[in-house]
Amino acid sequence: MGRDVISTALADLSHGFGVALELHNLLYCFLGVLIGQIVGVLPGMGAMAAMSLLLPLTFAMQPVAAILMLAGIFYGSQYGGAICSILLNLPCHPPHAITCLDGYPLTRQGKGGTALAITMIGSFVGASFGITEMVFFAPYLSEIAFKFGPAEICSIMLLGLLAGSTLARGSAIKGVAMTALGLLLGVVGTDVNTGVTRFTFGVLDLYNGVEIIALALGLFGIAEFLKNVNRMAPVNTRVKLRFRDMRPSRKDLKTAAFPMLRGTIIGSLCALIPGTGPTIASFVSYAIEKKISRTPERFGHGAIEGVASPEASTHSSVQGDFIPTMSLGIPGDAVMALILGALIIQGIQPGPQLISDHPDIFWGLIASFWIGNIILVFLNVPLIGVWVRLLTVPYRVLYPAALFFICVGVYSANNSFFDVGETLVIGVVGYVLLLLDFHPAPVLLGFVLGPRVEENFRRAMLVSRGDIWYFMHRPISAVFVALCALLIVVQIGFWLRRLSKQRREMAIRSKVGMSPQPKA
Amino acid sequence: MLREWKKKREVFAGGLIFLFGLVAIVEGRRLGVGSLKAMGPGYVPMALGILLSVLGVLIAVAKPALPTFDQDEAPLTAEWRGWGCILLGVISFIVLGKYTGLVPGAFSCVFISALGDRTATIKSALVLSAAVTVFGILLFYYLLRIPIPLFSWGVT
Repeated sequence: MGRDVISTALADLSHGFGVALELHNLLYCFLGVLIGQIVGVLPGMGAMAAMSLLLPLTFAMQPVAAILMLAGIFYGSQYGGAICSILLNLPCHPPHAITCLDGYPLTRQGKGGTALAITMIGSFVGASFGITEMVFFAPYLSEIAFKFGPAEICSIMLLGLLAGSTLARGSAIKGVAMTALGLLLGVVGTDVNTGVTRFTFGVLDLYNGVEIIALALGLFGIAEFLKNVNRMAPVNTRVKLRFRDMRPSRKDLKTAAFPMLRGTIIGSLCALIPGTGPTIASFVSYAIEKKISRTPERFGHGAIEGVASPEASTHSSVQGDFIPTMSLGIPGDAVMALILGALIIQGIQPGPQLISDHPDIFWGLIASFWIGNIILVFLNVPLIGVWVRLLTVPYRVLYPAALFFICVGVYSANNSFFDVGETLVIGVVGYVLLLLDFHPAPVLLGFVLGPRVEENFRRAMLVSRGDIWYFMHRPISAVFVALCALLIVVQIGFWLRRLSKQRREMAIRSKVGMSPQPKA
Repeated sequence: MLREWKKKREVFAGGLIFLFGLVAIVEGRRLGVGSLKAMGPGYVPMALGILLSVLGVLIAVAKPALPTFDQDEAPLTAEWRGWGCILLGVISFIVLGKYTGLVPGAFSCVFISALGDRTATIKSALVLSAAVTVFGILLFYYLLRIPIPLFSWGVT
């Protein structure tokens, strides 16, 4: 039985390599990782914006090539982001924020090259493990999900949305609010069941709903520019790195080996829980590494373990993130929601049937991960000098050019100037939400899943003749609902604990008669 | 100071979410809610509207969360020049792109938004926008063939 699973997986995988090695697929994979790498290195640019910019370009492409390229941008940017944080102490991309802690001290000790080399090795190890996890886990998961009816689909989506909004960054309740807002945005347009137009307020251009590219580029493009303009410190680096500085010593490799493996495993576990993407994985693995270390005082002063473990963890989780997306049709974060959106635009229904209906896409994607990661290592190691120079491109040059690309990109989706205006409005609202400490990622999650949640909810209610307890009568669905309830209870528990802690602190302060002071 | 702003911010945040909820409730009622047995087009909007307005109230009354690891607590200063230039840049792309073609649209979009940076000069913005326009025309007009004429007058 076990051997059977392995041999079919290997046969499918070799088919995937056949697909991914086709010349045009290979080219698009290369293009994707290259753009990802560049975007990752440039301070203030994000993978989300780059992916949504290229989304209109994929309309005319074959589905396989489109998905390979978009995915390549995502994991490519992870490689680039590490350079930024190790050499400049700039957490350009959230998953690499923790790498700054030990990566930058290493750079100041003149060991930046070593840190980068360890990062590259760790990234590759982590990514390979994440891909392997996907090879064996995703088909299995989708087989279970085949038995899902509308009730199960609806409740697992609910679980995904709730996990995605509460486990991610910032306040849980605000995350849920953003998800609900995304669901609401997904409702805009003509209702497929009744033909009634909803939330269009008589605007003809909204009859087809909110454009996903406008939403993504508004929230992750224009809103980010509004936030960063004149706030990005100019980058001055005199770090000169060449290929030969990047050879790590045997001792460094030895110290980094086990942390790398631990990070990999933590990352792959985090990937399976929706909402806990690479950022959380890297923080958790750093914390664990520091806790089990015999010399925890070295952390923060250039411990190579503090670079190896979180980076491996990030990459393993980045690849693993694709598992729920491709096997269940449940995206874990905004990036995955965008990939799902790209699939839907291509006319491919995401869900458990994806692997069997479109083996080319699934196995081709997995094979391309490996190819892409190898390309990235080759892009990074010999060309490190180029990337270091790219780091110094100032923001004042970047954002006006990027703004123009956004305008043209949104326009080209439907050849409509209305969409550009829509993007601007979404961007301004998105910035207001950022100022009010909301995180925009769950909006996109809700937006992509919204129509499918509603459709399946309607179907479930049709089957059960309007009995809301139907969700509890079906065992699998009941488990998902129970998990949702658990998530909510845990969050309330956290909130109560924080409240009592704050109250205690206030009480102590008033007793001592001290003015409130920041904790050391 | 920061604490004060945070408290106020939570009230604004909750209020905004509450407002979104109200809009959804009003629209949901207009569309017809129906019942669980026969759901109308307004059922889901209504449900989301109620959820949003409840969440809005909760956000407004709850104590602000302690700063988490990745919150950048940058001091809040209005950045009118940057904001205004970015907005105007996009608006100019829409208006000029629609009525006068891609070249003026691209040029004005980059030029105006580049002026949003405090260190930018007219000259630096001109150089940047000329370079981006040339590159953009080559990429979008000749390579990707987007259907905006290079120059035009009036609605095409």
